[in-house]
Amino acid sequence: MALLEVENLHVGVEDEDDLDILKGVDLTLDTGQLHALMGPNGSGKSTLAAVLAGREEYEVLDGEIRYDGEDLLKLEPEERAEEGIFLAFQYPVELPGVSMTNFLKEAVNSVREARGQDELSSAEFLQQLRERADMMGLDADLTKRSVNEGFSGGEKKRNEIFQLAMLEPRLAILDETDSGLDIDALQNVSDGVNKLRSDDRGFLVITHYERILQYIVPDRVHVMLDGKIVRSGGKELARQLEDHGYEWVREEAAAAAA
Amino acid sequence: MSTSETEYLKGKASEDYEHGFYTDIESEKAPKGLDEDIVRYISRKKDEPEWLLDWRLKAYRYFDQLLESGHYPDWAHLDYERPDFQNMRYFAAPKGKAEYDNLDEVPDEILETFERLGIPLEEQKALTGVAVDAVMDSVSVATTFKEKLKEKGVIFKSFGEAAKDHPEIVREHLGSVVPYTDNLYAALNSAVFSDGSFVYVPEGVTCPMELSTYFRMNEQGTGQFERTLIVAEPGAYVSYLEGCTAPMRQEHQLHAAVVELIAHEDSEIKYSTIQNWYPGDEEGQGGVYNLVTKRGICKGDNSKISWTQLETGSAVTQKYPSVILAGDNSVGEFYSVAFTKGHQQADTGTKMQHIGKNTNSTIISKGISADVADNSYRGLVKVGKNADNARNFSQCDSMLLGPNCGAHTYPYIESNSPTAQIEHEATTSKVGDDQMFYCHQRGLGEEEALKLIVNGFCQEVLQELPMEFAVEAKELLDIELEGSVG
Repeated sequence: MALLEVENLHVGVEDEDDLDILKGVDLTLDTGQLHALMGPNGSGKSTLAAVLAGREEYEVLDGEIRYDGEDLLKLEPEERAEEGIFLAFQYPVELPGVSMTNFLKEAVNSVREARGQDELSSAEFLQQLRERADMMGLDADLTKRSVNEGFSGGEKKRNEIFQLAMLEPRLAILDETDSGLDIDALQNVSDGVNKLRSDDRGFLVITHYERILQYIVPDRVHVMLDGKIVRSGGKELARQLEDHGYEWVREEAAAAAA
Repeated sequence: MSTSETEYLKGKASEDYEHGFYTDIESEKAPKGLDEDIVRYISRKKDEPEWLLDWRLKAYRYFDQLLESGHYPDWAHLDYERPDFQNMRYFAAPKGKAEYDNLDEVPDEILETFERLGIPLEEQKALTGVAVDAVMDSVSVATTFKEKLKEKGVIFKSFGEAAKDHPEIVREHLGSVVPYTDNLYAALNSAVFSDGSFVYVPEGVTCPMELSTYFRMNEQGTGQFERTLIVAEPGAYVSYLEGCTAPMRQEHQLHAAVVELIAHEDSEIKYSTIQNWYPGDEEGQGGVYNLVTKRGICKGDNSKISWTQLETGSAVTQKYPSVILAGDNSVGEFYSVAFTKGHQQADTGTKMQHIGKNTNSTIISKGISADVADNSYRGLVKVGKNADNARNFSQCDSMLLGPNCGAHTYPYIESNSPTAQIEHEATTSKVGDDQMFYCHQRGLGEEEALKLIVNGFCQEVLQELPMEFAVEAKELLDIELEGSVG
């Protein structure tokens, strides 16, 4: 069934009247599926991710988003998280002095409470923390440090996937998690994602390189250009884009519009 | 259990005045106003030795002179009315009567707060002023505590008792670090101080426990002008905790304490404060003027004094816990979190005075302001000409929780030694939208997110507090923040 349905979504930036970033996005993602959203810089991919997560600076001008059949737009960002939406940030934020352990314990128990589960005891939580850090190939020492503070680029990205593992979302959105990663780190992060794929979880993987999709094989690939999804296809579409760039999609889209 | 809890809870308790928590207790009070007779009256009431009365009188005369000539220490970034010294009462005898006969009579809200802070039942009784019977645990706790200290030769008494029992030590050190000529409020305190704490740790002794005034329960009712004196003999170590609060009153209350620390060779004194005096109401009415002089001297070589403070209360705070680094290789530290909200104002910091060789000082200050509050760091690092290789590191960070509050940093550096190394870092930040959104995305609401971020900001300082104090400090910060979201 459809986990996420985006219909004719138009989005602008607050206080800037004539600047639409998304110009009628349609997208349906079924649970258990992993979709890739590709497109050149500035096409609106990250904006879509931010709107899904509830970032306030963006204004939804038209259209709707249903998550699990319910209107997503009326939920606060933290409510969306509680309902199981997780965003792996393109630029993870540093929280000086806030230990990873503390941060995640608060976060995990907050979403557990919202989902009607019991709070984890400290012992249970720490055990889970260790297990999942291990599973995600995250250096356990990082969990003792402040959130993202002084982490390398690769560590930050890995940390996002680790948090994904801890928070057990139903819809995970990865916003250019592959950017800035070397090949080893990319493989490591991809392994982590693959381990987390399951029948009751959907993934939207945003990227502008096909490379990550060699490790994380998508069920569907969408191409976004200038605020719209102009083409969708199977995993072979990613390959085509890698070989031929985005220009032919652009031309086709222009021809179709004409 | 620490004093700050005691005091903090008394503060929480005081919020319930309108529900009749406060009963006008029978106490013996001096008439309003201040003159030599009042000073004599206080001294007589406390049955003090002659030399102490003389000292008080000298202090009073000096205070009077300063007042006559208009010497107010009002150079700080603070805006408040000068206290009317003739309209205050300087002595009230400690209450003898319990406020409640048993815990059932204590309002539920107060008990809930106890619950939240995890205060044991017997301590709750002590804190709320429930009648204490002879067999209760906290008395035996206090007794065990006293036995242990006695074994080690540590003296921990009220100032009044110490002046009688150990006149030679008190006399030698009283006013030696903060003379009554130091400033107007130090002079006032010296003239009228009601009581306070005295700690003496003999040579080579590590005090076996954290000392806090809670364990000196038989000394209730110490006033707004307390005086603390701590002496660490060579090789001694002591950690002292203090906490403060004041009941809610319409008018402003003056709190002018003096703290003196003396660290001899190879000794260490760690002094921690959680200050949560009543800050006044939402309109800025009432609240404590917290005008305090705290100073320590590292007298001997290799000695160390460390101040840690969490300042969340008071309408006005002006205090600069300082260290005179006289001994060679001595170390001075100042760790501070000052949180101001509503109409609160704080001007706080430290003075590190390097005199000995190879002396080292560290200053970590975190200021947080919300609403229309003002928060200033003011610090002086002074290096004397013989203080070869003196080092200082200062870091002053400010965080603003809204568009209408203020943060200011006034670092002063005076170096007279070419070999000194002085570093100063300062940052001002707002809690970022990015940080908040990141937390929200992980399921944390507005308040939870803010608490995490602010606690993180203060972490470097809070971790300097003794364990049980740190937990309480965090809880206190959380409670303070609860009204600051939005």
